Amino acid sequence: MSDAAHTEMWEKLNLDISAHEGLLEVLGKFYGDIYLSQENRLNGMEYLDFVLSEVHGLRIKEIQDAKATGKKVIGTFCVFVPEELTLAANAIHVGLCSGADAGTDEAEKLVPRNTCALIKSFIGFKLARICPFTESCDLVVGETTCDGKKKAYEAFGKLVPMHVMEVPQTKTTDAKQLFKAEVLRYKEALEELTGVKITVENLRKSISVVNEKRKALQRLSRLRAADPAPISGRDALLINQVSFYDEPERFTQSINTLCDQIEERIAQGGGVVPAGTKRLLLSGCPMAVPNWKLPYVMESSNAVIVGEESCIGSRNVRDLVDDSADTIEGMLDALVDRYMKIDCACFTPNDERMVNVQNMVKDLNADGVVHYALSFCQPYAHEAIKLQDVLSQKGIPMLSVETGYSMEDVEQLKTRVEAFVEMLD
Amino acid sequence: MFGGIDIGSRSTEFVLQEGGFVVHRAQLPTTFSPLEQCKRLLEGHSPEYLVATGYGRELVKTLDLPYSVGAITEIKAHALGAHALFPEAQTVLDIGGQDTKAILLNSKGGVVRFEMNDRCAAGTGKFLEHTANVFQVDIENFGPYALLGNQPPLINSMCTVFAETEATSLMAQGVRPEDIALALHKSVVRRTGSMLKRVGLAFPLVFSGGVANNACIRKLLHEEFGGAESICIAEEPDMCGAFGASLWAEVCFNA
Ligand code: SF4
Ligand code: SF4
Repeated sequence: MSDAAHTEMWEKLNLDISAHEGLLEVLGKFYGDIYLSQENRLNGMEYLDFVLSEVHGLRIKEIQDAKATGKKVIGTFCVFVPEELTLAANAIHVGLCSGADAGTDEAEKLVPRNTCALIKSFIGFKLARICPFTESCDLVVGETTCDGKKKAYEAFGKLVPMHVMEVPQTKTTDAKQLFKAEVLRYKEALEELTGVKITVENLRKSISVVNEKRKALQRLSRLRAADPAPISGRDALLINQVSFYDEPERFTQSINTLCDQIEERIAQGGGVVPAGTKRLLLSGCPMAVPNWKLPYVMESSNAVIVGEESCIGSRNVRDLVDDSADTIEGMLDALVDRYMKIDCACFTPNDERMVNVQNMVKDLNADGVVHYALSFCQPYAHEAIKLQDVLSQKGIPMLSVETGYSMEDVEQLKTRVEAFVEMLD
Repeated sequence: MFGGIDIGSRSTEFVLQEGGFVVHRAQLPTTFSPLEQCKRLLEGHSPEYLVATGYGRELVKTLDLPYSVGAITEIKAHALGAHALFPEAQTVLDIGGQDTKAILLNSKGGVVRFEMNDRCAAGTGKFLEHTANVFQVDIENFGPYALLGNQPPLINSMCTVFAETEATSLMAQGVRPEDIALALHKSVVRRTGSMLKRVGLAFPLVFSGGVANNACIRKLLHEEFGGAESICIAEEPDMCGAFGASLWAEVCFNA
């Protein structure tokens, strides 16, 4: 597809062409510096390089073509929106990335300045008209996880067609009941939008598609336990990021191919870094494209990231949906069970996360944990303190980092992370 | 002979030592061409191994030097330096030009935990430098000047720019400038105090970095945390990082 054809498509989507060009340029430069400069990358990563380079091009084309045949596009911001239902209704499910500063000034007219960068970013992307995914959405689904988001959706809902799901904050039986009601409400909203009825057959199929995707990602996570680390944390994060907007079956297949390569590499004793390189677990807030700052800093500090305890990472892939039910009711219950296992910091209490982090440290042979919270993110900042306590009792070193998307603190971060890595000796 | 060079935001220090015995030390302002300053400091010396630290630690690697060069962070460098100077030390406070660090040590001088100020310059050398301007006093004389104060008003702001504004408005209200200067020093100590507590302050504490030369900060720190036996200050506290780096150079060479 030619650049001109891309531009024509973007114009049709009502993007601000010159601002969008600016975004692509920054993205390209970033990608070059942070990704293409890596040594010993796996061949399989070429697929992801391609997907990313065409993220606003071919993938959008594909989505537009599907829309032309009547398919609907659903955008989400959180791993609480069940992709299984979206797919069963024959719609496309995309995670709207919000990993860069854009349109911040405009966004600050709608939300307070002390709001996390992720929220400002999704509002900013919309106001600046630079995200073809956002512009392609027939419905955007929000969820009432943190206060920042739930209030932001009130303003955002005036800009896009919006459906908000209420996510409970506890995991009691009543809370699960509430979430089930919300899952049902989402199902109805989907059916109305798409005109497709969700049946035992199409839901069973989509549960299997999403389970397979999660299994492939789980397989990748397990392989990262090897020393030397067979794949960089940056690449693994990218894979997790791409899992939110690529076509799921194609994605699953390419990740499994990549895993085959990784297995070969491990069998030959190869890796992206020398054996014995310090291994870090990255834990905390989700990192949307192109929020690669901290991972880049970490992997330029004589360390390698071996896992992401994050929604763009383990929280999204750890649990599968039980596929044994054969009634809609049973399947919805299985979905609710699976989604209510997510250990988001928005829950109270949320002690599972403390256990899950420790398990990841153990399973992946990590030497230490870097906890990442976006500035002004209350839930994760609170849990950083709690996690530090829990880990220090177990003798697991942890560094707590709070930062946003701007580059002004890179040098500072580098010193902190390097000093932390030195400490692990 | 083993070299350590500490390229900070304000000054650059160079130390040559062997077995803990310092044979040469020198200091230059970092200026806008830190690389040139490094060259000047290194000229005529050829250590067997050189370790760089501080903000410019990666810079030294770009010099084409006839000996091996490594790099460590200021945190590790100060920990090593402080431990060598005061083997009993359990905590290090390093206030530099742009950063303040509190470091908890283990019995071998290894870092157990550390805290560092965020982006802004609150509580750092820069803060004092900036506010000294208000009094038209040189930074070197700012400490002695503040010691003339005895009734410090409360300065609420930690932000360098706002603190300056506060100082100016206190002056306009007729508060004695020496008292305001003292208040500004107090706010630095308050800030570092809470950082020290966060890492789990234990004594003896080593106070290092350029601001340790400031007599007023030293006095206030003693007042806050106890006497000379619990707070140790090196003879040339700004050399501590470069000294630590040179010790690490020796370790690397022998490894
Ligand atoms: S951190 Fe919580 S609110 Fe944010 S994406 Fe994850 S599950 Fe959703
Ligand atoms: S990062 Fe924190 S504050 Fe921001 S949306 Fe997620 S939970 Fe809310």
